[in-house]
Amino acid sequence: MPKVKVDGVELEVPAGATVLQACELAGKEIPRFCYHERLSIAGNCRMCLVEVKPGPPKPQASCALPAAEGQEIRTDSEMVKKAREGVMEFLLINHPLDCPICDQGGECDLQDQSVAYGRGGSRYHEHKRAVTEKYMGPLIKTTMTRCIHCTRCVRFSEEIAGVDEIGALYRGETMQISTYLEKAAKHELSANVIDLCPVGALTSKPYAFEARPWELKKTLSIDVSDAIGANIRLDSRGREVLRILPRVNDDVNEEWLADRGRFLVDGLTRRRLDRPWLRRDGKLVAATWAEAFAAVASINPGSSVAVVAGDLVDCETMFAAKELAGALGSTLLEGRQTGLAYTASNLAAVAFNSTLGGIEEADAILIVGSQIRDEAPLLNARLRKAVKRGAKVFVIGPVWDTTYPATFLGEDAGLLFDLPSDVTDAFGAAAKPAIIIGGGALAKGALEAGLGFAERFNLVRDGWNGFNVLHMAASRMGGLMLGYAQAGGLADLVAAKPKMVISLGADEVDWTKFADSMIVHIGHHGDKAAHAADVILPAAAFSEKDGTYVNTEGRVQFAERAVFAPGEAREDWTILRALADAFGVNVGFDSFEQLRAAMIAQVPALGVEGLADYGALPAAPATAACSGTIGYPIKDPYLNNAIGRASPTLQRCSSELLHGELQAEAAE
Amino acid sequence: MADRHPEPDTPQLRARWGNFAWTEANAAKAKEIIARYPAGRQRSAVMPLLDLAQRQVGAEENTQGWLPLPVMEYVAAQLDMPIIRVLEVATFYTMYNIAPVGRFHVQVCGTTPCMLRGSDDILAVCKQRGLKKGHTTADGLFTLTEVECMGNCASAPMVQINDDNYEDLTAERIEHILDELAAGRQPKTGTQEPGRHTVEPVGGPTSLTAMVSENHDYRGEW
Repeated sequence: MPKVKVDGVELEVPAGATVLQACELAGKEIPRFCYHERLSIAGNCRMCLVEVKPGPPKPQASCALPAAEGQEIRTDSEMVKKAREGVMEFLLINHPLDCPICDQGGECDLQDQSVAYGRGGSRYHEHKRAVTEKYMGPLIKTTMTRCIHCTRCVRFSEEIAGVDEIGALYRGETMQISTYLEKAAKHELSANVIDLCPVGALTSKPYAFEARPWELKKTLSIDVSDAIGANIRLDSRGREVLRILPRVNDDVNEEWLADRGRFLVDGLTRRRLDRPWLRRDGKLVAATWAEAFAAVASINPGSSVAVVAGDLVDCETMFAAKELAGALGSTLLEGRQTGLAYTASNLAAVAFNSTLGGIEEADAILIVGSQIRDEAPLLNARLRKAVKRGAKVFVIGPVWDTTYPATFLGEDAGLLFDLPSDVTDAFGAAAKPAIIIGGGALAKGALEAGLGFAERFNLVRDGWNGFNVLHMAASRMGGLMLGYAQAGGLADLVAAKPKMVISLGADEVDWTKFADSMIVHIGHHGDKAAHAADVILPAAAFSEKDGTYVNTEGRVQFAERAVFAPGEAREDWTILRALADAFGVNVGFDSFEQLRAAMIAQVPALGVEGLADYGALPAAPATAACSGTIGYPIKDPYLNNAIGRASPTLQRCSSELLHGELQAEAAE
Repeated sequence: MADRHPEPDTPQLRARWGNFAWTEANAAKAKEIIARYPAGRQRSAVMPLLDLAQRQVGAEENTQGWLPLPVMEYVAAQLDMPIIRVLEVATFYTMYNIAPVGRFHVQVCGTTPCMLRGSDDILAVCKQRGLKKGHTTADGLFTLTEVECMGNCASAPMVQINDDNYEDLTAERIEHILDELAAGRQPKTGTQEPGRHTVEPVGGPTSLTAMVSENHDYRGEW
């Protein structure tokens, strides 16, 4: 713990800290461009110069200088001021003065820091360097003349994403950032370089020229595109959410966000259900709310009601539907739309117990039936970190392109009982062994076998729980906590032949199985369920309602409403409350607060932000059977939910990046 | 230097170089080079391997050699490294030619000492003979590049042609050298000054004169 003096104030800094970190601990702001907490240190922008004694009599780059005992650091001296002005002047020599037409304007590090630390004017009268634009795919817009060569994007793609595709070509003044042969950046975290870029060189292509940051209302929300529950910020103007940015949460998403969570935003305004629809003579016709409720009431299902929850709904909606079904006398609730039927009686057995941050410490990891990059891109970045720290990764399932060394054992789920000796050796010796069971394996009945594996290798030990199930739907854990699970899964609902099925945005269900039932769809997009529905009640998307989401770890998180639902669409719980009136039953709540209070009374964990406690793992059953070739459920990672399927940006990603169809750019 | 660009990735380029592979001798050499570095660090061999590849390409088409993109990809695959990292190296160092060059790559130093000693005359001769900066002559013999300091300031001006330096040049001497090369003969390399061997002072030493014949202890005279 070295003691240093920053601007005359003595303080103790952690061993291994840099001078820059020491200055931050002392509360001093150090300007920087290339330095980033989560990336390796490059030390090439020189903006973080400070004066350090003892040392050479010149300013030093604080980001790359270790803090040492007895250092006297000055961040306020004349030398530092002049050094910063000098660096800034050099950086601005080749930077265009096009802030008025630059999308970074208003949230630009270079802009802010030149105001704070730069000279008033430039002494440079020669020609500026110009660099041609580089094509980087449908998500990233480039204006490379603005690039200041901080190499954050290069380091991100190499270190975090694990896909070496961005590089710095040429040298000196002619240095250019580019992908190989200007191919599109293809990995699932590619758009994070937009946030990392301290200038306007890499900006968001779909968001180009949409808005200025100071016009936007910022709302805290939760990403619903997978079960990680990344913390996001919705930037909205008027009635439209214009963009989605990640928020920092070290426990969940650090500060990254998967591309599909970021760019589904333009799906929120397209293909929306904005008025009720009724099916008359086999055709959907527009209706009023009164007609719609009358039609639903005329079904008069009695207790023959089932509820299917979709992947994107919040806990409040599911609870309201549960109460409605309960008031009608039914407990037929199911959220696992594709027919999975794993035992959900003990929630600890279906949660990601290691936690997303904890999995980084694992030293042996067995992935069973999960294409992590498609199912949870942010978890893949964590696994990459674990491997960098020395973890061994084994995968049972079809081969996919990992971003770290991994051993593929085979495609048959039965391998869980018949592991090769290198796997058993690795797990026998591991201090923090972990298993990750994905949806593809759950379909083959691998949950019990996984519990057996956990018992055999003692995955639960002091301060460590290595048993993990990775879900793919934002609503899954919340649904399981609220009892949206039948013993036989969706098949139980089909077998019960309910008169009426309420779909809470359940777009992945094979609705032909419910051909004899009246299907009431409460959803926000005209997706698959809307085509099968008899009554469509337009509802709110995740950005248009307050809601509670539980991620795959069992982490309860709250999202807030950013904008109002379009047209006649209403928040889901109000629709369900009105349905209760239509059926003449009492659900026991009249306001959102009452609803939430009733939900928390029933499931107290949903009222506390943070990890829910699911207790201990159940004992492994004596007999467990799992076999069959594992298949991965996500066929198209960009179009895995109704909002994504409605998004032109993600459709383009899918066709261009997955299916290789190049779309011609309009002539500019 | 600002005009350096890799040869575009065309079907013709792929057809010509797509199935590039080491010759037997070079394969052995590449193996030996990779073995110089610790296991798992084979990426360190990228620079010597690119040089080797450039020379093999040169031998194949009787030029100084260059690096077509498929050849860089071949090296990347052999070293199990991302192609963008290889391209970074190849574009950074100007001694890797990333576009085709002629039989003789004439690199004229134009930095201050050489300029003061007459590099403009050298460039004038080159221009007169039809050499254009950044271009190859029609007969495929010469490619002219102006480069920065090559570290031969004591015998300026100089040019580097392929692997050899030619120093102490004048207009006549560079004419002669280019004539000889065009005729297929190998002119004398190094300094062109008669009587000079390397970069020793012209006309005898002017300092440390007592050291010429024997070791002399100057310390008492300071």
